[in-house]
Amino acid sequence: MTHPLFASFSGAIEFIFTPQESNVTGGKKVGGFDKSLELVLRHLEVTLLALALAVIIALPIGLYLGHRGKGELLAVGIGNAGRAIPELAVIALVATLIGVGLKTITPALAILGIAPIIVNAYVGVRQVDPAAVDAARGMGMSELKIIRKVELPLAMPTVMGGVRGAAIVIIATATIAPLAGVETLGDFIINKNVYGENGLLAGAILVALLALTIEGLLALLQRSLTSDGLKLKTG
Amino acid sequence: MSSPMLLATAGHVGEGFFRERNLENLPCQARESELFCWHWATQNIGRYGTPTVQHLEIVVLSVLIGFVVAFALALFAHRSRWLQPPLLAATGVLYTIPSIAFFFLLLPVTGLGRDTAIIVLAAYTLQIIYRNTLLGLANVPASVKDAARGMGFTRRQILWRIELPLAVPEIIAGLRVAVVSTIAIATLVVFISAGGLGTEMYGANLTFPTSIIIATTIVVLMALGFDLVLLTAQRLVTPWRRAAAR
Repeated sequence: MTHPLFASFSGAIEFIFTPQESNVTGGKKVGGFDKSLELVLRHLEVTLLALALAVIIALPIGLYLGHRGKGELLAVGIGNAGRAIPELAVIALVATLIGVGLKTITPALAILGIAPIIVNAYVGVRQVDPAAVDAARGMGMSELKIIRKVELPLAMPTVMGGVRGAAIVIIATATIAPLAGVETLGDFIINKNVYGENGLLAGAILVALLALTIEGLLALLQRSLTSDGLKLKTG
Repeated sequence: MSSPMLLATAGHVGEGFFRERNLENLPCQARESELFCWHWATQNIGRYGTPTVQHLEIVVLSVLIGFVVAFALALFAHRSRWLQPPLLAATGVLYTIPSIAFFFLLLPVTGLGRDTAIIVLAAYTLQIIYRNTLLGLANVPASVKDAARGMGFTRRQILWRIELPLAVPEIIAGLRVAVVSTIAIATLVVFISAGGLGTEMYGANLTFPTSIIIATTIVVLMALGFDLVLLTAQRLVTPWRRAAAR
């Protein structure tokens, strides 16, 4: 006699490791470790592609706006608008208007990550001590070098905060990517008729673990990218 | 151009999962490739009433519950500093779990529907409200607190009559972020049959841009409206800020 709650979760964990019977596949077993691992890797692939794309697009814009000290309204506006955009609408619109598949969904996910990165890069650079920038300029550094060697390192904790925010949104939204023909861990959740209750819960557990793991790794990356001097200052 | 493909995918993946749509109301986009069907929109605008109200209810309840919990946590952490790192970590973990995963993790406990939606959305608002409240309290100048103490204020009086009023701008800034992001995330509660505007963005039988665009517009306007109301409220309850700015 086990508690039903315990039964649900142990069923889900069993699903992750060993293939289970399904009602609709005609005797073919579903789930299991190989399938779970495959979907974890797919989810990771889409997430990293989209996150890289978002960083490549948003980081230069945020750093440039912050360096020039202009466009505060633009940066803050992008940040606010970005929060208000429903993820489901972005995926559904891109899928219906442009098409389904990795090639259209990766940029769609990247769009969701752009806003937090721009805002944090902007804010981070604006918070850099102007005296440090003046000193660098006095030493004859070019503007580009000032951004790369002075402002970016000093703004790194805030910049990485933006990247982590973007990662959270992208991992979460990649969960509904199967609606647009991209296989991710969301498959277990959305194709409930194939994978059953156990698959549903297994998908949820795996997505949550993946998100926490990536978030933890990015936090470690943030620590290693932050200069020792800054760590001393903040304790 | 590729909507038939998505229709096929949607029919396959969404079975019984999403609210069924009315097939007799086929929009122009099912026949022609138009971006937005004004005709369909004017005739069907009424269908957005109920989902909008559901959406509002879910958002307001979630943020209220989130605010009460986060505010209480912040007050505890303000008094007992050792609580700050573990509470920040705990609210951070809740914030990191993707919403859809969170919904289905709670499924065996609270089932489908609005309760699960509200618990998850409230959990998401904790971190930002908690962090901003604590920040607001920490930003109160020590000299002001000293002055109050000198005037014979008790600790409780200092908290409620000095520190909290001065922390209002940060607290409301946190609330604004919480409300706006909750309004956007609440579209996802369609996955646990909790209604809301997400029902008009994704359906089993029909997915078409006009409805997605209308529903998204309502969501964005709702976010903008709440943001303006909170901003105005902040101005009204902190008149000294305006005086100082002049």
